[in-house]
Amino acid sequence: MTAAANAREAILNSVRSALRRGPLDDKRRAELDARRPQHTRPAQDEELVARFIRKFESRAGTTARVASRADVPAAVEAYRVDKGLPAHAAVGAALKDLAWPAGLAVHHDPAGISETMAVSQALAGIAEPGSLMMASGPASPITHNFVPDDHVVVLDAGAIVGHFEEAWEVLRARAEGMPRATNIISGPSRTADVEQTIQLGAHGPRRVHVIIVG
Amino acid sequence: MEIRSKEFKERAVFAIHDASLQQALGKARGGFVGKRAQQAAELPEFEQLREEAKNTKNHILDNLDHYLERYEAAVTAAGGHVHWARDAEEARKIILDICKRVDAKTVTKGKSMVSEEIGLNEALIEHGMEVVETDLGEYIIQLAHEPPSHIIAPAVHKTKDQVSDLFEAAHGGPRKTEVADLVNEARRVLRDKYFRADVGITGGNFLVAETGSSIIVTNEGNGDLTQTLAKVHIVTSGIERVVPTLDDATLFLRLLARSATGQETETYTTISTGPRRAEDLDGPEEYHVVLVDNGRSKMLGGRFKDMLRCIRCGACMNHCPVYGAVGGHAYGWVYPGPMGSVLTPLIKGLDNAYDLPNACTLNGRCASVCPVKIPLPDLLRELRHMQHQQDITPVMQRRALKVWRYVATRPKLYHALEQVGARFLSAIAKNGSIRRLPLASGWTDVRDLPAPAGRTFLELWQGKRGQK
Amino acid sequence: MTESPTRGPRVGLFATCLMNVFRPNVGFSAVKLLEDAGCTVEVPANQTCCGQPGYNSGDYDAARALARQVIETFENYDYIVGPSGSCMATIRHDYPVLFHDDPVWLPRAQELSEKAWELLSFLTDVLGATASDAHYDGSVTYHDSCSGLRGLGIKGQPRTLLGEVDGLKLKEMEDSEVCCGFGGTFCVKYPEISEKMVEDKVRNILATGADTVVGGDLGCLMNIAGRLKRINAPVKVFHTSEVLAGLADGPGLAGAAKESD
Ligand code: SF4
Repeated sequence: MTAAANAREAILNSVRSALRRGPLDDKRRAELDARRPQHTRPAQDEELVARFIRKFESRAGTTARVASRADVPAAVEAYRVDKGLPAHAAVGAALKDLAWPAGLAVHHDPAGISETMAVSQALAGIAEPGSLMMASGPASPITHNFVPDDHVVVLDAGAIVGHFEEAWEVLRARAEGMPRATNIISGPSRTADVEQTIQLGAHGPRRVHVIIVG
Repeated sequence: MEIRSKEFKERAVFAIHDASLQQALGKARGGFVGKRAQQAAELPEFEQLREEAKNTKNHILDNLDHYLERYEAAVTAAGGHVHWARDAEEARKIILDICKRVDAKTVTKGKSMVSEEIGLNEALIEHGMEVVETDLGEYIIQLAHEPPSHIIAPAVHKTKDQVSDLFEAAHGGPRKTEVADLVNEARRVLRDKYFRADVGITGGNFLVAETGSSIIVTNEGNGDLTQTLAKVHIVTSGIERVVPTLDDATLFLRLLARSATGQETETYTTISTGPRRAEDLDGPEEYHVVLVDNGRSKMLGGRFKDMLRCIRCGACMNHCPVYGAVGGHAYGWVYPGPMGSVLTPLIKGLDNAYDLPNACTLNGRCASVCPVKIPLPDLLRELRHMQHQQDITPVMQRRALKVWRYVATRPKLYHALEQVGARFLSAIAKNGSIRRLPLASGWTDVRDLPAPAGRTFLELWQGKRGQK
Repeated sequence: MTESPTRGPRVGLFATCLMNVFRPNVGFSAVKLLEDAGCTVEVPANQTCCGQPGYNSGDYDAARALARQVIETFENYDYIVGPSGSCMATIRHDYPVLFHDDPVWLPRAQELSEKAWELLSFLTDVLGATASDAHYDGSVTYHDSCSGLRGLGIKGQPRTLLGEVDGLKLKEMEDSEVCCGFGGTFCVKYPEISEKMVEDKVRNILATGADTVVGGDLGCLMNIAGRLKRINAPVKVFHTSEVLAGLADGPGLAGAAKESD
């Protein structure tokens, strides 16, 4: 046996001997595989979009709401101008089809070290904590979520679910399976490592702006 | 990391007299405690979740081999690799081999207590690699060449002034004094490292058997940059961190941030599953998980199984008055506070950390906030019991216990001695108390001993009521 | 349970070691409160210590020897009641654990455990006492002793009863639930850490401006009183039962016979 296989067997055996039993039989294994936990979900009595906004903004995130997907480029541009950002952005290919203003240079590649703004499509919103759920893929690179100072995220109102558990169902329903990175984002990056003083923009975006569609 | 828990007493006294440390600890204490209490109060289901979390962890531990196998299979199916390490040395070797294979020059790291436990940084540096801690707190203490003093806030013992000094020395002037400027400076320096890194190493808060994913929870986003921009992502985690499903992970996520930093949620919860897919534009090309045993499977068999429920939130140390008085470094190894006082003797040997289980008043505040209801005081007492049985306890204490037992099981003798004691102490007292008592200097060095009245209650009672 | 004063429960008073030697007045206060509430109180002479020092030092055999003695001495009473959250939590929670694999002693330990009560919790939770006819001139702050608070859930009971005391003004201190640094042998094994903890406690006590501090465990109270005395802070220290029984008219713990001395 190789050293690696040795270690694996040794650890599993040590676990079993600590538990005073041998390997589980197939019946028990099947039971464990069939286990579907029903843990307590904190009660909510708020409309989902309203709750999402309230929670997301409580952590220094900002939001805007537009009627349709076609309104997104204008809302992004308004944000960019308001923040005085340069006229270029990394835009996830998921948003490629939108009519981006001529004055805004967009690309769909990963974000490089000097990227200032990225625009991404969220897979879902989770109202419970007021968080975004991003699934990485060719149409939404991970670097867009973390590298630029400003991150603008497009979220369909209908994609906001109540609890984490419902967001997992969205992931499980994906034909392509789990993405490499599922990023649940709850606001701008922050740190409190120097004397417990909260400072935004530790390593990730300094600002996260959500455009809710619908 | 070398264990220095034998010096607990000296280090504790030193810490108590370290003015900047006391200033830093004072600032931290109230914040964590108050915010956690507020979060717990705002979630009516909080106590119920603690109970469920405890039961769920127990279920996982009872079936740990099964869930580990399922997890391994799922990681492999997603294109990742699982490595098993019996001890610290094996874990270091696995990681070193990966780093050497890809000819790593720069290794970035998200916060990982397991990597501290296995002494990873020293090993990588010894082999010529540049190791960069990216969590701001970890970065600060790396510059200071110190170990973390807290599992959640590694630099909690540092004041802003000290951070300013460290940054000035490392990055050059001008010296920054505002928190915002310090954070920006670290951001700028570390940006460059992320993009240059060959290997990114993170911990794993949870390992999900259902999907083969590892989950990390951070506020800064450093873990994400670490694991996304490097060519290789390595996760180090203890074998007990596996959970069956995403729904189970959720149960713990609901408790973790609230218990740790008193936040409803931390900013980033990241679920990583395998390396980048063929069509992906970014993400690591390789994904490895190193499952570390290092004493954990042994713990599973006995009285300390409860300790394996720990989700490393740090609430126990935030609420520990001893930790609050002496800080994390006094404990002398990787894990401080109540959880460390249980883990350190178990991992590093009972006689290497005699003081840790003993330097505790058993006040129980830690257990009352632990999100997975680990009976920490009971476990500490159990360690004292093992020390007693193995004759690790000081001889004087064992003698004293023998005498005490002899006398206390003989009521007449006991009462006679109590009477003598009460009279003696009363006779030497002045103004109601005793300032100095050579045989009890541990008491009288720091406080007066209140004087007895002279006669014992039982004496007086028998005089009054004459009962049997 | 409290049908008539003469037919009330028969209570064996657990006279804790510290009380017996250092503060007999607490014993008399306990007896008065229990008798006023209709109990018949006896103080069995065969008692010594609950065994906690052995237990917490890891000497479980010694602890069991003491536990057997307590069980034999008290098992024939309706209740065993003591003015200490610490000792009573040991009897309530730790005895059954100590005998968990002993078929003979486990049932006896469990039975006693169910009858074991800390004084104030017994008065309120079992006997339903709410009022006190005592009088105390002063402002009082209450320290939550850890074993009573977290082991036995004692928090509201003493405050309710103290609130009933005529003339008494209750002032909450910051961090009243944080350990004072006593911890049995901890305070002499790690005096510097203990000092830091009691220093914090005393600072919080002084910040209330109260002239008296009370609590339910003599260990903590001796630690606090000793520290207050050492720094010459003129705050009186009493066991809660002394105030409730109206027997807090003498000097407090570590107090000189006359305050002006
Ligand atoms: S022992 Fe409990 S409170 Fe302490 S770190 Fe672990 S989970 Fe958190």
